[in-house]
Amino acid sequence: MPDRVLFRGARVVDPASGTDEVADLLVGGGVIAPSPGTGATVLDCDGLVLAPGLVDLHAHLRQPGREDEETVESGCRAAALGGFTAVSPMANTDPVADNAAVIHEVLELARAAGTCDVFPVGAITRGLGGEEMAELGEMVDAGVRLFSDDGRCVPNARVLRNALTYVRAFEGVVIAEHCEDASLAEGGQMHEGLSSSSLGLAGQPREAEEVVVARDLAVARLTGGRLHLCHLSSAGSLEMVSRAKAEGLRVTAEVTPHHLVFTEEDLLTYDTNKKMNPPLRSGEDRRELRGALADGTIDAVATDHAPHAVEEKEAEFDQAPFGTIGLETALAAVLTHLVEPGELTLSRAIDALSTAPARILGAGDHGGPIEPGRPANLVVFDPSAEWAVEPPFASKSRNSAFLGRRLRGRVVHTMLRGELVVADGKAQR
Amino acid sequence: MPAARLMDEAEVRRSITRIAHEIIERNKGAERVVLVGIAARGDDLARRLAAEIGRIEGRVVPVGALDITFYRDDIGIRAEAPEVHETRIDFDINGWTVVLVDDVLFTGRTIRSALDALVDFGRPTAIQLAVLVDRGHRELPIRADFVGKNVPTRKDEDVRVALREVDGEDAVLVDEPVTSEPGTEGVRA
Amino acid sequence: MNGHLLSIHDVSAEEIVRILDTAESFREVGTRVIKKVPALRGRTVVNLFYENSTRTRISFELAAKRLSADVINFSTSGSSVSKGESLKDTALTLQAMGADAIVIRHSSSGAPLTLTRWVRGSVLNAGDGTHEHPTQALLDLYTMRDRLGRLEGLRVAIVGDVLHSRVGRSLSFALVKMGAEVVLVGPATLIPPDAPAWGVQVSHDIGGVLPKLDVCYMLRVQRERQRQQYFPSIREYARLFGLTRERAGMLPDGALVMHPGPMNRGVEIDSDVADLPRAVIEEQVTNGIAVRMSLLYLLLGGSGSRAAGGSADEAGAVRLPEEVATGA
Repeated sequence: MPDRVLFRGARVVDPASGTDEVADLLVGGGVIAPSPGTGATVLDCDGLVLAPGLVDLHAHLRQPGREDEETVESGCRAAALGGFTAVSPMANTDPVADNAAVIHEVLELARAAGTCDVFPVGAITRGLGGEEMAELGEMVDAGVRLFSDDGRCVPNARVLRNALTYVRAFEGVVIAEHCEDASLAEGGQMHEGLSSSSLGLAGQPREAEEVVVARDLAVARLTGGRLHLCHLSSAGSLEMVSRAKAEGLRVTAEVTPHHLVFTEEDLLTYDTNKKMNPPLRSGEDRRELRGALADGTIDAVATDHAPHAVEEKEAEFDQAPFGTIGLETALAAVLTHLVEPGELTLSRAIDALSTAPARILGAGDHGGPIEPGRPANLVVFDPSAEWAVEPPFASKSRNSAFLGRRLRGRVVHTMLRGELVVADGKAQR
Repeated sequence: MPAARLMDEAEVRRSITRIAHEIIERNKGAERVVLVGIAARGDDLARRLAAEIGRIEGRVVPVGALDITFYRDDIGIRAEAPEVHETRIDFDINGWTVVLVDDVLFTGRTIRSALDALVDFGRPTAIQLAVLVDRGHRELPIRADFVGKNVPTRKDEDVRVALREVDGEDAVLVDEPVTSEPGTEGVRA
Repeated sequence: MNGHLLSIHDVSAEEIVRILDTAESFREVGTRVIKKVPALRGRTVVNLFYENSTRTRISFELAAKRLSADVINFSTSGSSVSKGESLKDTALTLQAMGADAIVIRHSSSGAPLTLTRWVRGSVLNAGDGTHEHPTQALLDLYTMRDRLGRLEGLRVAIVGDVLHSRVGRSLSFALVKMGAEVVLVGPATLIPPDAPAWGVQVSHDIGGVLPKLDVCYMLRVQRERQRQQYFPSIREYARLFGLTRERAGMLPDGALVMHPGPMNRGVEIDSDVADLPRAVIEEQVTNGIAVRMSLLYLLLGGSGSRAAGGSADEAGAVRLPEEVATGA
């Protein structure tokens, strides 16, 4: 039975209940307890923010298959240190998570690790081949609520239509799409623009994302299904999402911290840690993404945590794989680059990092509201603590786009169902 | 402070004339003599000497220019790679007496470089050295055969030759030392 | 001087003049019986060629040897990954051997800059992917200046697949920097969309451009581009943009025809034209050695090249010495 813990004097920011005030919070028996109470360990939270534990809709934990890059255990620890109490690992593992067996394996590994709740994502198509629907129903029985062929989009509109329609039979299931037209994006190492020209690298235009967004929204309209758009990068996509929402389509969208912070110009040194898919685009795209996050066109921030082996990232730029890790830096990145300069309120930031993704995922125990009786999945962080992004990381990989930079915002405590899995900035498991 | 004048226009002229006579005397005429000036002012001096010899002996003496930058012993020691001038040796030096001509003889390193460069062009019968000013402070066993003027100097002083062709006047000047640039020791002739 | 030459953007117009003037002296060395000077004696220059290129490699090799440097040739075709040893490991090995300069040709854009992170010596880009080929551009500038007496105000057309041509790119940047007027000519699919931002003009009509040129610079067209559907056929490409004998006749007297080699005779340039006196393609090769000697000398001839950690700043910029008044 976990101890009783009193968080004293924290600024409680809880978008689900509209709260933003300094208060004491008591936790006991795994849930928020009515206060006041006694006999609790007191944690002084003066100057700290307490919020519902963060929820990541989109991460790659690489297990099974690439345990050298990350495991469920190391990934969960990294997530907890980043303030996350829930994470959704994508299905592009080896073997692919297109059946209940792999889903059960991942759930079991997460349970053994015990540092973070895991909501595995199932593949939409068998082997991510894009042709045959996977056994979605079986995976739903195993607990899956989010399906995605992330890594690529579903190339065939008919297959997407069928999947969106099929899952309407199941409560709360969402199809998430990685929007990239393979033929337009082919060979592209980065965003196609002035920077790619300077660098002599083939680029992929933002239309590679936009044509698929347009198609997917049309199919969502056709089917009435629930569609979630992963890691949007282009201003044109945002326009379409906004119109679709206004029309009443059941569409949600996410953006990564790195797309909110960096642009194509950050690649001028051929830094492979900033090589990602979708690529970092122009300053204008970044401005639009920030605005869309603030006004809710984009619902959530998701990390797309993508660990890669050191030697693979240290290769020549066009040989290096795409992706950056992000679980440990997401909160700080959003705080430093959006909240601090005033482009995003703290409440909206927490909403985007916790409440909204919890809602999309149907993870009822997460995202708040912070009320007596509700499971104590919480994060406490110091918004002004500055730190340098440098190894060692909890993640097994080091390919962070933020490597060498200083960020402000440090997780102090992460509580999972009443247990402090991170205390004083250190993982307890 | 303005530079002190070690030699004025008339003295420079007379030195050149005297050196021309000495070259002719030492070599018993100028039939087998070629002049090679060490760029940049050595080149101009060599041409003047050739003109003098031509006036005295009534014959054309071949003149060439030699840039010794690529033969310096301080490549990679100075902060920057040194400036390069023209090399122009259009004649065969095998079997001829080459008189190297330079403006100032100082440490001797430039002449050492010039000797190395010259032997890459062929095998002269003899190499002699004519300089307008010998200011002492040799760091290598090099000596001049023909000298316009011997001038004792402090090592940190800056001795330079001005020539009408380049500087608008003929003179030998010495400047008070400025803080010497590191890595320039042993750079000058 | 420490530093690298990774891109034309690393050198200013003044520095380019310095490089070309110094190359003049090295060309003279090439006319001597003993074509060698001891300037880089004891230095080690490594040719790290990941792409087959006999011509460029030999040019660099001769350049280094004529400067009395020791030369190591490390050639392999295919990417380092397919060959089994990573670029990083190769770099560290060369560093341990004490390479003073590494001349690298690689099929990946940016590989030379990546290399500078692991070696202290000077890195010279001999062509990286579709990014740049600065030494080729410099030797082309040398040839133009030598034959035409100037660079400023020259009207130069660069014809062909500029989009994928590292030579085309470096040369465009270099010519604009030196005050020449550049027009890119080719199918719309092979001209970089942002070319106007380079300060150049674009034309798809070779006939309209030829009569006003001082230099017609032809780029090689790879058959692969036809397979990738940038244009429908070699036949149509040659018909629209090839330098035929008739077209060559439209050039003004005294205009030059240039090509970085190797040529596709009959595709971008007719055999007849390649053999005309105004086609200075072989001179480009000779001048290449002098220009490369000049670069090696200027990069390695200063003490900065031996400084510990004297590697490039972030952009890999090279700084050439200011005028130094030597006492000679």
